[in-house]
Amino acid sequence: MKADPKGVLTGIHFMDGDHACCEGALAAGSRFASGYPITPSTEVVERFAARVPTVGGAFIQMEDELAASITLQGAVWAGAKAFTVTSGPGFSLMMEHIGYAAMTETPCVFVDVQRGGPSTGLPTLPAQADMMQARWGSHGDYEIIALCPNSPQECFDLTITAFNLAEEFRVPVMFMMDECVGHMTEKVVIPAADQIEVVPRRHTRKSVEDYLPYETNGDLVPEMAHAGDGYNFHVTGLTHDQRGYPDMTLPTQDKLVRRLQNKILNAVDRITMTEEEQIEGADVVVVSYGITSRVAQRAIEAARKNGLRVGKLRLITAWPFPEKKIRELAAKVKAFVVPELNLGQMVREVERAAAGQAKTFAVSHAGGGVHNPEDILKVIVEASRCRTV
Amino acid sequence: MAKGRVSIVVERCKACGFCVEFCPTRVLALSSAFNSKGYHPPHVVHPEKCSGCDLCGMYCPDFAIFATKTDPVKGGAK
Amino acid sequence: MSDSLINDLVNPVEPFLRSDRIPHIWCPGCGIGTTVNSFARALIDSEIDLRSLALVSGIGCTGRVAGYVKLDSFHTTHGRAIPFATGLKLANPKLNVIVYSGDGDLSAIGGNHLIHAARRNIDLKVICVNNLIYAMTGGQTAPTTPDHSTTSTNPYGVFEPSFNLPQLVEAAGAVYVARWTTFHVRQITRAMSEAFQKKGFSFIEIISPCPTLYQRRNKMGDALDAMKYYKEKSKVRNGAPTSEVGMTMTGEIIVGKFVDRERPDYQTMMRAQYSESLGERYVEEPEMVCDCS
Repeated sequence: MKADPKGVLTGIHFMDGDHACCEGALAAGSRFASGYPITPSTEVVERFAARVPTVGGAFIQMEDELAASITLQGAVWAGAKAFTVTSGPGFSLMMEHIGYAAMTETPCVFVDVQRGGPSTGLPTLPAQADMMQARWGSHGDYEIIALCPNSPQECFDLTITAFNLAEEFRVPVMFMMDECVGHMTEKVVIPAADQIEVVPRRHTRKSVEDYLPYETNGDLVPEMAHAGDGYNFHVTGLTHDQRGYPDMTLPTQDKLVRRLQNKILNAVDRITMTEEEQIEGADVVVVSYGITSRVAQRAIEAARKNGLRVGKLRLITAWPFPEKKIRELAAKVKAFVVPELNLGQMVREVERAAAGQAKTFAVSHAGGGVHNPEDILKVIVEASRCRTV
Repeated sequence: MAKGRVSIVVERCKACGFCVEFCPTRVLALSSAFNSKGYHPPHVVHPEKCSGCDLCGMYCPDFAIFATKTDPVKGGAK
Repeated sequence: MSDSLINDLVNPVEPFLRSDRIPHIWCPGCGIGTTVNSFARALIDSEIDLRSLALVSGIGCTGRVAGYVKLDSFHTTHGRAIPFATGLKLANPKLNVIVYSGDGDLSAIGGNHLIHAARRNIDLKVICVNNLIYAMTGGQTAPTTPDHSTTSTNPYGVFEPSFNLPQLVEAAGAVYVARWTTFHVRQITRAMSEAFQKKGFSFIEIISPCPTLYQRRNKMGDALDAMKYYKEKSKVRNGAPTSEVGMTMTGEIIVGKFVDRERPDYQTMMRAQYSESLGERYVEEPEMVCDCS
C-alpha cells in the first residue's frame, strides 16, 4: 500500500534524526503519539505535536512514561498506528507495557534515543547501552524487533520500516537511535508518497461468528479487530487461548509463548537487515551499528590503506540477531571486532553466534561521546594479527 | 395467579443469600439441596407472593436468578 | 452446565455476558457481580449503542470484569486502565469508553492517572468498585482501607488515613461523582445511565463487600452481613460536600450523587484551541482508523 500523501513531507530537507524520525512516523501513516519529555528524544514528539493538527491526528503528553507507553496501545486498538519516544530512564519505565504489547500482539513502535546511563547518567550525550534491555527488558519470554539507524536519513526511512514490521508481525518494534544520530543534522530526502510502501493493519475480514482474536494460520500472526467494529473481542495480558480468554494452563502457556517467539524467529531471514562491505576474503569483520558504524568506517578505511583485509557488517536490525550470518562468517574469518558505545552488549551475541570458530574483540566505550577511530583501528590491527582459531 | 415468576439457574448459585434477604415479599429460602459445587441454591417457598419485581435478579452477583412478570398483557421476558 | 435459559425465559442481563465463562471466579457474596448486574441494566435502560462501547479494566478482582462482559473489552496492566482508555477515546472519539476497576488499581498504582484524567476531563466513565482492600492478592492494605482495619500487610491494624475518593476526584476535576453501595442496586443503575449520557470524566464509587478477606479478617461476618450494614448505615445525601463523605470502619456511609457539573471535556477544549490557533489549517480527524488490508 502506498503512503497517505497527507503525512508525507516530500522534499529535500536539512534536519536532525529526531525530526526525521517524526516525519518517518507520519509518512508511515502514524496519526497518534503519546509521549513524555526526556532528553534527547523530546524533539520527536514536539515536532509531532506541531505537525499532527494540520495532518489530522492526535498527540497527548501524558503524566509519565508508564501512561505514555500504554496510551498509544489504546489508540492502536481503536485503529491508529501509534508510537512513543523516550530515552534510558523512560525506557526502563516502559518495560512493563512493552511486555504487554508483545503479549497482546499490539503493533506499535517504541523509539529509544539512547543516552549515557545507568540511571540519570548523561542526558545530553550518546551511548548504546540499552541494546540488551531492548531485547530482554520486560519479564517473561517474548521476542521483539529492534532497528538501529545511523543517520537522519535512516531515521526517516527505517521508522517507516519499523511501523511496517510492527504491522506485519503484530509486535512492538524498538527503534534504537542514539543521541548523536538524533541530534545530528544532515540532508534528508523525503520522496513522493507514491514511492513509499506502507504495510496496512492486518484487519480481519471474518464474520463476527467466525472470528477468533488469537487464531493463527501458517505465519503465526493473528488477524486484528478494532474496538467499535462489533466483534466484542477480549484482550488480556493473562495467558490466553485463541478466543483471547484467560486460560492459565500449561499447554496454553506453552503454545502461546512459543508462538510469540516463533512468529519472529521463523521469519528471521526476512526481518534482519545488514549492510555488508568487502566481506569476501576478509580476515577481520567489524560488526557495528548506529553512530558507531560511522566512526568504524573511518577505522576500516584506515586499516585497508594499511593492507589489511577488513570487512564491514553493519547491523541495521539488532534484534532478532542475525545469528546465521555471523555463524557462517565465523567459519571464514579470523576475528570479529565489535565497537559499541557500551561495555559489551551486542558483542556477546556475536561471540555466542561465532561459537568459537572465530575470535571476538570488543571495543568498549563507557558512553558520553563516540570512539576515536584510532581506538577501533588499534583493535582491528590486533585482531588481524591473531592466530586463526 | 402470582404476578411474577422466579427462574433460578441452580448451577451458577453460590448461596450468598442476597436474594433471600432482599426479596420484599419473602418468596425465597435457601434450600437443603446442593448444586454440583456444594452450594445450597435458593428455592421458591411462596410462589404466590412473587410480584416479579426482579430485585432478586438485580442483587444476584452470580446471574443465577431473575424474576419476570407473568402479566399476560406485558408478557414474560423473552 | 449452567443454562441461562429456563423455560424459554432469559435473564435480561444474559446478552451482556460471556456466558461461556460463567460461573465467574468471584467469591460467594462478592459484590462485583452485583455491580455488573447493575451495569448491564444501565446499558439496557440507557439504550446505548453497544457497538460503540469499549470497556477497560486493570488488575484485581474488579479488573476481571472485562473478561466477563460481552463487549470490546481490554484487561490491561495494574493501574493503567485509564491511560489505555484515553488512547482508545482519542483515537476514536465515537467510542464510549468505560473504565471498570478496583479501588487499589485506580487510587494506588493508578492514582496519578486518575487525577490527571480527571484534571483533563477526559470523556471516560470510571466505575470504581471499592471493597476497601487488595482482594485478588490476598487482602493487603489499600489506600481506601479504613483506619484500624486488619489486613495482611497491617496485621496489627491500619494506622494510615484512607483516601476519600469522591473528594479526591472532585478536587482533581471530575464532572460527575457519585457513591453508592452494592445494596443500592437501582441507584447504581441510574447513576451509570446518567454517567453514560454525560460528557466528561465521571466517577462512580461502589462500596462492595469482600467477604473472604476484608469481612473475615475484621470479624465482620459474611457478605450478607456487609449488605445489611450498608442498608442500615448508609445515608443518602445527594449534593453533600465531598469533604464530608470520608469513611470509617464501622461508621455511617454517605452515599448519593455528590457532583454533577459542567466543564468542557478534553477533546472539546482541544478542538477549540486548535481551531483558534490554526483556523482553516486545522484538520480534525474524526477517527484515526488506519487503512486496513
